[in-house]
Amino acid sequence: MLRLSMLLALIALPALAAEPVAEQRLRHLLDHDCGSCHGMTRKGGLGLPLTAEALDGRSDDDLAYVILNGVPGTPMPPWAPLLTPGDVDWIIRELRSRP
Amino acid sequence: MNRLLASLFLVALAWPAAAEPRGTGDLGIVIERAAGRVAVVDRAKVARLATVEGLGDLSHAAAVFSPDERFAYVFGRDGGLTKIDLLTATVARRVVQSGNSIGGAISEDGRLIAVANYEPGGVRVFDADSLELVADIPATERGDGKRSKVVGLEDAPGNRFVFSLYDTDEIWVADFSAGATPAVTRFTGIGRQPYDALVTEDGRFYVAGLFGEDGLVLLDLWHPERGTRRILDGYGRGEQPLPVYKMPHLEGWAVAGNLAFLPAIGRHEVLVVELPSWKQVAAIPVKGQPVFAMARPGGRHVWVNFALPDNATVQVIDTETLTVADTLTPGPGVLHMEFSPRGDRVWLSVRDKDEVQVWDAASRRALGALPADKPSGIFFTSRAHRIGL
Ligand code: HEC
Repeated sequence: MLRLSMLLALIALPALAAEPVAEQRLRHLLDHDCGSCHGMTRKGGLGLPLTAEALDGRSDDDLAYVILNGVPGTPMPPWAPLLTPGDVDWIIRELRSRP
Repeated sequence: MNRLLASLFLVALAWPAAAEPRGTGDLGIVIERAAGRVAVVDRAKVARLATVEGLGDLSHAAAVFSPDERFAYVFGRDGGLTKIDLLTATVARRVVQSGNSIGGAISEDGRLIAVANYEPGGVRVFDADSLELVADIPATERGDGKRSKVVGLEDAPGNRFVFSLYDTDEIWVADFSAGATPAVTRFTGIGRQPYDALVTEDGRFYVAGLFGEDGLVLLDLWHPERGTRRILDGYGRGEQPLPVYKMPHLEGWAVAGNLAFLPAIGRHEVLVVELPSWKQVAAIPVKGQPVFAMARPGGRHVWVNFALPDNATVQVIDTETLTVADTLTPGPGVLHMEFSPRGDRVWLSVRDKDEVQVWDAASRRALGALPADKPSGIFFTSRAHRIGL
């Protein structure tokens, strides 16, 4: 019994060290689903580049507004139906952390 | 005598490189977009034969094939154009030809490869053997020092390439029938924000979808002098469009009999259009925003996949009753579908399960799966012989 729980703990270890599930989900979304228009390396595609440089000078509020509400008249969709404001804050921090 | 034996021995040593001769008609490639590599697959054996690495950013990557079905040309997102030898599973040639690109096409004669570029906006055309630059066609300036992004680049009969300019609302035809210097015909004011396009299987019509307006634009390639014409004008007028989390694709669209099936944009519908009048005859309600609507060869059914949040589902439309005949759930992130040329099987890339699934298209049962790292596009060599793919 003890042995089993040790084994379970060992299996769980790598997961503990890794990112929380919620963040993994958001990173995945950012890489792949935002990436389909903004590029997986965020250098732009149909959508504008989302590198830290490209967003320099834009306020967090402004970016959060764009992400939650989209840009009418362009393919940038409103993400409010799928993302919470907390998710969007995480995404903005992540965007600013990569050149 | 000894010398002869010795040289035979040397030949035998060198021989393993050239294994059993084989055809390429059963081969294909699967894009593993996050890892920047492609898998070479055998569609009949449902086997992964080899992996070719070092292809750069493959988000939204697409591929075309040489007429002899030996080489695949893969168009990456980062401007990379890679020629892969399917028999040796190696990179035969590779150029990074722009900063940001979105697909391409191979000419009717198989000698030219054209790439659509976002940055710098335009089309570049390469020699299919050497990948040396043959022609550079910069797009129209948008007014901020940059050039329009190019989308919906397709091949058309007469060694022509046809493409759309997203930012400046144009369709251009580049005719290479006289050699390396194209004759370019420009159609302007075609409708706002063309985002993708297709060429019908017979090579006659180029159809571009508009993002900025409800409707599509049609160019009759038999009669380019007649100019472009709007079709399905205002099909959803007055309704609030729904958010589109992934742009629909028109290439690989579906024709069954005299009906064509197209993904609507901003509506959870597949539009049914009658040919040759190009009038809408139905709109079939589906699960979500359709991305691809692909006809099973033979045209009996159309398979549809969806954008977020419905991308775990595939629906199958009966082309006689114009209703949804089946709803399948292969798993999260169904990005692409590719039929075998006779339509008995369909391969699905299921990104978030890291696998490619093989389904029986008639019974709609899963037959098996191959592991693949975040698979996106699946391309079989039979595309080599189709116009507009
Ligand atoms: C269907 C395509 C598409 C998808 C998917 C998409 N975007 Fe966009 N996005 C665009 C386009 C197009 C623009 C440019 C709009 C304009 O012209 O102002 C844009 C603009 C933006 C901007 C503003 C950039 C600036 O400099 O003004 C941000 C921030 C942004 N997107 C974030 C995201 C995030 C985060 C996601 C994923 C959660 C995402 N986008 C998914 C198409 C898309």
